[in-house]
Amino acid sequence: MTSPATDYALEVIDLKKAFGGLAVTQNVSLTIRPGERRLIIGPNGAGKTTLFNQISGDIQPNSGQIKLFGADVTSFAPYHRAHLGLSRTYQIITLFSGDTLEHNVTLGLLGLQPSRWQMWRPLSFYGDLAAEARRTLDAVGLLHLADHPVSEIAYGEKRRVELAMALAQKPRVLLLDEPLAGLSDTERSTVKSLIASIPRETAVIMIEHDMDTALDLAETVTLLNYGRVIVDGDRDIVIADERTREVYLGV
Amino acid sequence: MKWIAAIPLAALLVGLPFFAGDFYVNLASQILIAAIFALSLNLLVGYGGMTSLGHASYLGVAAYISALLTSRYGWGHGAAALFSIAGTTVTAAFFGIIALRATGLGFLMITLALSQVLWGLAYRMSNVTNGDNGIAGLTRPMPFGISLDSAASFYWFDLIVASFAFLMMTIFVSSSFGSSLKGVRDQPRRMAALGFNPWMIRWITFIYAGFWGGIAGLLYVYYNKYIHPTSLSTTSSAEALLGVIAGGSGTPGGPVVGAALVLLLKNYASAYIERWNMLLGLVFLFIVLVMPTGIVPGLSKLLRRGSR
Repeated sequence: MTSPATDYALEVIDLKKAFGGLAVTQNVSLTIRPGERRLIIGPNGAGKTTLFNQISGDIQPNSGQIKLFGADVTSFAPYHRAHLGLSRTYQIITLFSGDTLEHNVTLGLLGLQPSRWQMWRPLSFYGDLAAEARRTLDAVGLLHLADHPVSEIAYGEKRRVELAMALAQKPRVLLLDEPLAGLSDTERSTVKSLIASIPRETAVIMIEHDMDTALDLAETVTLLNYGRVIVDGDRDIVIADERTREVYLGV
Repeated sequence: MKWIAAIPLAALLVGLPFFAGDFYVNLASQILIAAIFALSLNLLVGYGGMTSLGHASYLGVAAYISALLTSRYGWGHGAAALFSIAGTTVTAAFFGIIALRATGLGFLMITLALSQVLWGLAYRMSNVTNGDNGIAGLTRPMPFGISLDSAASFYWFDLIVASFAFLMMTIFVSSSFGSSLKGVRDQPRRMAALGFNPWMIRWITFIYAGFWGGIAGLLYVYYNKYIHPTSLSTTSSAEALLGVIAGGSGTPGGPVVGAALVLLLKNYASAYIERWNMLLGLVFLFIVLVMPTGIVPGLSKLLRRGSR
């Protein structure tokens, strides 16, 4: 697909979403450049995950537009957006718990391949997919667990599988929903360096509460509160902003 | 290792007519037909997480189309078979579009309702279907000029089709598509985010299951040389569903074991007890309580525990 000329990987234009009387996204506009590292912060209930769900297509906004590389994808199904280079992870771990780590990552690879429709050839015959899945697992340091079912591994490891599934797709825009949640200090630094090593072709948008770790990774920061963008811009400027301290840092 | 264990089983199946009487050979033929039917339903229930209570539709539609074309319109068996399978597949495609608007209980109710419509048609449209009298006096096909009228020859024909069906459906669930199907069953939202189209995956599976249900229906009408609206009834769908669940849904062998169990109970118990359905109910209660995942997963778990 040839993208119309645009400077942005992702544009969110005047997005609005309400659940009944509760407005969870109010006139949100964002622009993300290719390869940008964006951190989205805000108190609980600020509408961060809801914004992600609208970008990924899990829920439809009431109004507004979402553009991926200039193409209006507002009405596109989630799988369609995935094929345009969008990947995401979930705040609540959403893995195939009965299957092996290798199979989980393989599904991530398969999702973008035409061979996902193949009915007459066992998946195990696709050695290249399995090899690629193992390479990705190696990159997140889980190769030694590749043949174990997800249900047998530790929480922190599951978080890394979440990441591996998304990374395997080599996305151009990657949404990370609290990738550090519930991790120990050592796991945190592992995942942090993993995120830091994501190729620069990929724009990364991350929701994270752990500011100490997340701010190191971010170039730009968006502060949401009650579904509105409060402050938006370069990291240091947003952090220094009085409203940020007021809403979030609580200093 | 698994393949070595399959050799004596294959020998037993192929050689059955040499040492068993016609009664048992015919019973085995019926079990094979029920097994294909249960396997096709298992694609929906076990691998797709789509519990259907209307799968008899496809068995019945294929059987009725074939019966009508051969008896009333004088078609040859080859053309009638092709047409009935095509008709069944189209029916499944159409029913799938309607039923897949819902999931879970809603899906179950829609499949039930659609099959009831067909059952009602078979009953009431008596100028076409001969209503409650059914269509009798049908013949069996003669593939390559070989008569299938003896118990043994039909059984072998049946065995070839059933083996092929088993193979095709087993490959299907282990294929890329089958993995997508299981993924959509377990985490539809994640699968969509990964680039899979959950609806399309479910729909194609629905059609494929309908296709094999139609194959079972053809064999069913060939075997019985007779078709009656009860083959389209909810009881017929429910028996297959019970077989799938009792044998172990989502396993390749479970539906075969379950279908055999239902059929044996039906044939044997009904000779001694008038209310054989009650016995069937008790047996299922026992299975569900003792082996909630079904006979095949339950037994293999026991074996693993025993060998440890």
